[in-house]
Amino acid sequence: MKIAVLVKQVPDTATQMKVAGTAKAIETAGITWIVSPYDEYAVEEALRIREKRGQVEVVVMSLGPDRVKEALRSCLAMGADRAVHVNDPALAEADTLMAARALAAVIKQEAPDLVLTGRQAIDDDMGAVPAQVAEILGWPCAYWIMEEAIADDGKTVRIGRQVEGGLEIFDVPMPAVLSAQKGLNEPRYPTLKGIMGAKKKEIKDVKASDLGLAAEAPQLPVVALEALPPRPPGRIIPGDVATAVKELVRSLREEAKAI
Amino acid sequence: MANAFWCMVEDDRKGTPKKVMAEVIGEATRLAGGDVEAVWLTDTATDDGIRQLGEWGAKKVWLIEGAELAPYRAEVWVPIVAELVAAQSPKAILGPVTSRQREFMARLAARLGVGLAGDCMGLAMDGDKLVGTRPVYAGKLLAKVAWAKTPWLATLRPNVFKPADAQPGQTAAVERPSVQIPAAQLKLVERREEASTGLPELTEAEIVISGGRGMKGPENYVILEELGGIIGAAVGASRAAVDAGWRPHRFQIGQTGRTISPKLYLGFGVSGAIQHLAGMRTSKVIVAVNKDPEAPIFKIADYGIVADLFEVVPQLTQEFKRLLEK
Ligand SMILES: Cc1cc2nc3c(=O)[nH]c(=O)nc-3n(C[C@H](O)[C@H](O)[C@H](O)COP(=O)(O)OP(=O)(O)OC[C@H]3O[C@@H](n4cnc5c(N)ncnc54)[C@H](O)[C@@H]3O)c2cc1C
Repeated sequence: MKIAVLVKQVPDTATQMKVAGTAKAIETAGITWIVSPYDEYAVEEALRIREKRGQVEVVVMSLGPDRVKEALRSCLAMGADRAVHVNDPALAEADTLMAARALAAVIKQEAPDLVLTGRQAIDDDMGAVPAQVAEILGWPCAYWIMEEAIADDGKTVRIGRQVEGGLEIFDVPMPAVLSAQKGLNEPRYPTLKGIMGAKKKEIKDVKASDLGLAAEAPQLPVVALEALPPRPPGRIIPGDVATAVKELVRSLREEAKAI
Repeated sequence: MANAFWCMVEDDRKGTPKKVMAEVIGEATRLAGGDVEAVWLTDTATDDGIRQLGEWGAKKVWLIEGAELAPYRAEVWVPIVAELVAAQSPKAILGPVTSRQREFMARLAARLGVGLAGDCMGLAMDGDKLVGTRPVYAGKLLAKVAWAKTPWLATLRPNVFKPADAQPGQTAAVERPSVQIPAAQLKLVERREEASTGLPELTEAEIVISGGRGMKGPENYVILEELGGIIGAAVGASRAAVDAGWRPHRFQIGQTGRTISPKLYLGFGVSGAIQHLAGMRTSKVIVAVNKDPEAPIFKIADYGIVADLFEVVPQLTQEFKRLLEK
């Protein structure tokens, strides 16, 4: 069995984001890059499937510039077997659909039995790629999975997807695309041995032309990036608790009209 | 009608559109100036539900009813709507951010080869083009996006857009297009209901209460739930509280939890780490209660009380009770 895991490299969650001079991109100087946290759940789940079944190859795939190798390397250090890096300046401004086309093309070449990925990358926060990859491949898809178990025959996977008010359990025919929600598992940290071993694992570079991708422009171009408008200054309500609570309730009703 | 703005209907699974549809239809009406149509895929639509859509401003309801349409499955819904799009050429398709629209709209966008702007907080016409404003980097920045071609697909964050005022007596024409319902690939095994708190859903709630590590233990959340019951609020938590096992994952607010934009956010014993702020900083009014005057959450709070939350919460509950009983 082969499992593909789609990962994206994103700025660390503690980063104070700034807009670059072009007003269309972020200021990348000084950013620490990490594997998007939801994608780590996907990598972890793939590794657990391999541990349970044996005979499973875990291939991580990512799209992005040279620095993305680092993210792939940390997935290999967690235990993934090898990686494919779609590294092409032609895709620098890819929107979700272009990214999905590129990743779907890699998946087609690799022909995995299952694709796992995070529910969204925490940069664009769009969460569209899993469904779009599935649509391009013509595969079924399930979003925000909280649990997963592949049937013994390897033909279907039973998943629980999180929806408002509950969990829907489905049997999904494979191959399929699943997007991981927090709570699916607790990702492991790479061991020293894992980190050393990762250096010898393969990261294959591919270009848009290797994937037979036609040149295209994004369907959803970013016109401008902006900082958030500043919030109006707030105030600390003084006094003992009883006084402060009364004043808070009065303010919420009369000033803020929030209640 | 060609060039209409379509609104994908989210319902309560019992035949009634969710309240958030008033926001989607309201915004579509402002943008389209009138040509607003609802598209409703469901196993049961009620007459009341259809009337509601009309009163909010839908001129037409495209109703596709069938047992196979529930539970929602993308591989069933997407081809149906794509076929309808091909026949009707709408200008835009809008939906609320919900678990299924998130997937459905993305997949529909891929099928149609068009752009999708997810989780928009603003939509505006720039001449004859639509521009969307959406939070990125968990709300640390805003991105303005445009679409290369129609239909423009977007999902709208709940509680942000002004809801349509219902116009009693205003009705929508109902059209039931004959469509092929594709076979489902996902086979439902069961649906596990969450133990209901009786409180609203976190992402849709107009008021959200959040309890952090300062709550000291899972047993203390009852005081927040009591307060929630009085003011009609959902109760969420910080990651510290979730990771400690005090609250289920679905209640986590922040960069790796739910992003919320309620009218009122009340944080108790939450320090205001950047990842938490990312998930709630677009709330309209922010209240923070924390013992520590230096807690970062006070930097973005509109109102703060520096005190022990265990003293504040019961008194606040009483005070709200008094106010709302009037
Ligand atoms: C990759 C990553 C993703 C993350 N994602 C999220 C996320 O999505 N959401 C999130 O919330 N966090 C997230 N975090 C964690 C975040 O960095 C903080 O650790 C977390 O938000 C802290 O939660 P807290 O405010 O409840 O706890 P603390 O920071 O420990 O704060 C507790 C506060 O309670 C106050 N307090 C204690 N007792 C009382 C009392 N009796 N009365 C009043 N106040 C009291 C204290 O003064 C303190 O300010 C993430 C971190 C990482 C690294």
